Amino acid sequence: MADQKQNINAATTDLIGWVDRRFPLTSTVKAHLTEYYAPKNFNFWYFFGALAMMVLVMQVLTGIFLTMHYKPSAAEAFASVEYIMRDVFGGNIIRYMHSTGASMFFLVVYLHMFRGIIYGSYRAPRELIWLFGVGIFLTLMGEAFFGYLLPWGQMSYWGAQVITSLFGTVPFIGPDLMEWLRGDYLTSDATLNRFFAFHVIALPMVLLGLVMVHLVALHEVGSNNPDGVEIKEKKDKKTGIPLDGIPFHPYYTVKDTVGIVVFLIVFAAIVFFAPEMGGYFLEHNNFIPANPLVTPEHIAPVWYFTPYYSILRAVPPVLNSQFPGVAAMGLSVMVFALLPWIDKSPVKSIRYRGKLYKGWLAAFVVSFLVLGYLGTEPSNLWGQLGEWAGGADRATVVARIFTAIYFLFFLLMPWYTARDKTKPVPERVTK
Amino acid sequence: MSVSDAGKDKPSKNSELSFQEPSQVDKEKRQFLVTATAAVAAAGATATAVPFVGSMLPSERAKAAGAPVEIDISDIAPGEIKTAEWRGQPVWIINRTEEMTAELPKHNGRLSDPMCEITSQQPAYCKNADRSIKPNIGVIVGICTHLGCSPSAKLEKGGDMGENWTGGFYCPCHGSKFDLAGRVFKGSPAPTNLVVPPHSYIDDNTLVVGIEAEMEA
Repeated sequence: MADQKQNINAATTDLIGWVDRRFPLTSTVKAHLTEYYAPKNFNFWYFFGALAMMVLVMQVLTGIFLTMHYKPSAAEAFASVEYIMRDVFGGNIIRYMHSTGASMFFLVVYLHMFRGIIYGSYRAPRELIWLFGVGIFLTLMGEAFFGYLLPWGQMSYWGAQVITSLFGTVPFIGPDLMEWLRGDYLTSDATLNRFFAFHVIALPMVLLGLVMVHLVALHEVGSNNPDGVEIKEKKDKKTGIPLDGIPFHPYYTVKDTVGIVVFLIVFAAIVFFAPEMGGYFLEHNNFIPANPLVTPEHIAPVWYFTPYYSILRAVPPVLNSQFPGVAAMGLSVMVFALLPWIDKSPVKSIRYRGKLYKGWLAAFVVSFLVLGYLGTEPSNLWGQLGEWAGGADRATVVARIFTAIYFLFFLLMPWYTARDKTKPVPERVTK
Repeated sequence: MSVSDAGKDKPSKNSELSFQEPSQVDKEKRQFLVTATAAVAAAGATATAVPFVGSMLPSERAKAAGAPVEIDISDIAPGEIKTAEWRGQPVWIINRTEEMTAELPKHNGRLSDPMCEITSQQPAYCKNADRSIKPNIGVIVGICTHLGCSPSAKLEKGGDMGENWTGGFYCPCHGSKFDLAGRVFKGSPAPTNLVVPPHSYIDDNTLVVGIEAEMEA
């Protein structure tokens, strides 16, 4: 506010001054860009937040143009997507941008989350930033799931059928809940129509709101950095500016622009030359119209959901109920929210942590990747074990082991982070 | 805006200029009014939510589409299967051969629920050895009880299902196995037997699926 007053005095005559007396334009630009001081030692990992923002904008824009031609009805949906692909000028580019954007959104968000984990960006005082981020991640998963039904292909249909069935396993209210979600006794026109509403209106609004509070919280406490040192603790005595801080604009806007250009080169290459990515971004079965009477031979979600899908498949039914598997899958996503409170290490950044933590982190990353791979394949991928193991699928046994490691990374974190031998943290940020 | 300059806009310490609460405020009354207003608002919000939440239930049209269907079963030869549609779900009508029916009780030991103890999975009149009204005609909803995929019919013994396979249904999604009466084999991800829908016969060749749901409604 004090800034605003000075501004008004300095520029009462020009247009900016006119606006500033009616709207906090200059002060907002200063608070979030030109006088928002970010640590000077950001590295490669700090590209992905900005990239996620850019992909979000791209998804919103391409989405708006797709809704101009798409028909959200079971009778017309599949044909309208093909119409967009073949008859609408530029329609194939816009649609491939949107479908590639979905996969790339998850890619950059996963890398952004990994950055948060290795540098301890979720630690105090940034717990709320992390929680808003988990909210963004969950919303994004919902957004991807609802969007995947819209082309009304076989994978769209049976994927939605499987996921809505998950709610049917909830004790007592399951079957009614499932009918309420679908709006019918099975996935149908009613389901498609409401998923369209969730995908284009409800969740995007939630997503934009969460992104805003994520950034407001970030700019309130300031960014973490690869050293996990608080730059606000060492300020210039005269100006009050952190000694290790540089203005976000122009320094990081320029850096992020370079990242965005490189990202867009890769993105364009995928859109132009490999939009289906060998069946990983757009599954082959989804080029067949939805048929409620025939299930495809092999059902798998798109790659970004496969680690959780593996966990779902790995947990056996208990007392004739599939619910434990469903609960485990839900927990495997929600458990990220606990990180700020289960990490007991005196240091934030991986640079000053010991071997114990690094070992567990490596095991977690391997688990995530192996579960992700197994989720794309049928469970009889590696054949069966002998009679001694009840003829269990080898891949299922492997998935169970890595599911256990996935959860142990979180469950044992209070223990191994407290016990880990850490290195001394420097006073100021390093390179 | 940082924390440090947030405090600068607070009213000055000069109490004559800043807002003062009148001393005769009845705090209890104020609290009562706040609570009462909030309670009325909450009740109103709940009532308003009813049509919105309810609008997501199956509509009258969807319910009507769930009406019973008549199926001609005269064209199903022994050992063959026909798929009909009821409430948008596949319903299998299988005409079991005598050999198939005779096989059913033999593998009870390998099943999770051979005696059909879980009553939600079939009408009471189908809680018998072959889960049917006529021993040779099986009527089964072709939706896996695991996660809603539609299993494939593998009616013949052996074949690509291995030596022990006695004929039945195999779910391609997660590998659940069922016998020719839709009973689930142990070790399958599916927790329960396939559903036998409410059904009855108008005459020897005409099956009606869903008739009981209609009577209840």
